[in-house]
Amino acid sequence: MNNFEWPLWEVFIRSKQGLDHKHVGSLHAADAAMAMQNARDVYTRRLEGVSIWVVESKHIHASNPDEAAEFFDPASDKVYRHPTFYDVPDSIKHM
Amino acid sequence: MLPTQPEPTAAVATASPLFPFVLQLADTSLILAHRLSEWCGHGPVLEQDLALANIALDLLGEARSYYQYAAELEGQGRTEDDLAYLRPAVEYRNPLLVEQPNGDFAHTIVRQFLFDNFHYQLLKGLKDGPDARLASIAEKSLKEAAYHLKWSSEWIIRLGDGTPESRQRLDKAIAKLWRFAGELTTPTAAETHLQELGLVPDYAALLPAMQAHTAHVLAEATVPEPPAVFAQQGGKSGRHSEHLGYLLTELQYLQRTYPGLTW
Repeated sequence: MNNFEWPLWEVFIRSKQGLDHKHVGSLHAADAAMAMQNARDVYTRRLEGVSIWVVESKHIHASNPDEAAEFFDPASDKVYRHPTFYDVPDSIKHM
Repeated sequence: MLPTQPEPTAAVATASPLFPFVLQLADTSLILAHRLSEWCGHGPVLEQDLALANIALDLLGEARSYYQYAAELEGQGRTEDDLAYLRPAVEYRNPLLVEQPNGDFAHTIVRQFLFDNFHYQLLKGLKDGPDARLASIAEKSLKEAAYHLKWSSEWIIRLGDGTPESRQRLDKAIAKLWRFAGELTTPTAAETHLQELGLVPDYAALLPAMQAHTAHVLAEATVPEPPAVFAQQGGKSGRHSEHLGYLLTELQYLQRTYPGLTW
């Protein structure tokens, strides 16, 4: 038996302080139940999290690095899309 | 097996009646922790290597709590380290099951499952017991033991209902190790005495839950219930298999070679 017979899973963990699950790494497991236990054993040994998500890596569709220019560069010269051109009234707190 | 059983020393005889029992719990967790730690770096896959090491560390932590309590109960000035590192094999009180060699992964899983199934129920009983110190150790360890039992149970199911090879290995491990389960729930004279005092849970009362869980897991694993076998016993009375001596040689090497060495 070797590792590569088991599919790869991506692990996301929500820490005690956090509201979102953050990607922490990947692991091999035969199914979701084993992936969950493996994630617990590999990635939460030092109190890192209070919630775990696992997703089989094949279900994640990533953007193509070769298309990075056409995907992302057009946004770089459109600063007006950031809400930075407004004067915030003094009475508005927490902005 | 050693033919003779050592008489308890004077110190043991005058200590709290709980002392030998707490020592037995400590030895059991320590020896199994050591066995599991032997997997470190040799696990079948990285994730399970870590799982085995995690369980070993849980049990080692539990053993320390028991050894510290045992040292206090004895009141002879011995420390947790003296109890763990400076006793000969015949004074160890762990049941035979936990000193059995790791074998292949299936052997380790079967040994773990038999232990976890008992350990979990025992801790549940101790948690509600009258001895506050034992109750607090049991409460902390119970969460760990619940995870251990879940882990080993799922592996029994995976191996049993897996490939022909995993099934064959599981069957072999069951045939070899099932005989050591009986000792866990067969009280020694000392345990019977403590049970009569209400300090230790009645093992007979733990059996229905243990048997129900075993039946459930074996059914899921498509493995027929093993036939009743003659229970191999002796470890809890100091009559150990040959394996314990070799294990202790490694476990105690540093303190025997450099007495009093500290970190």
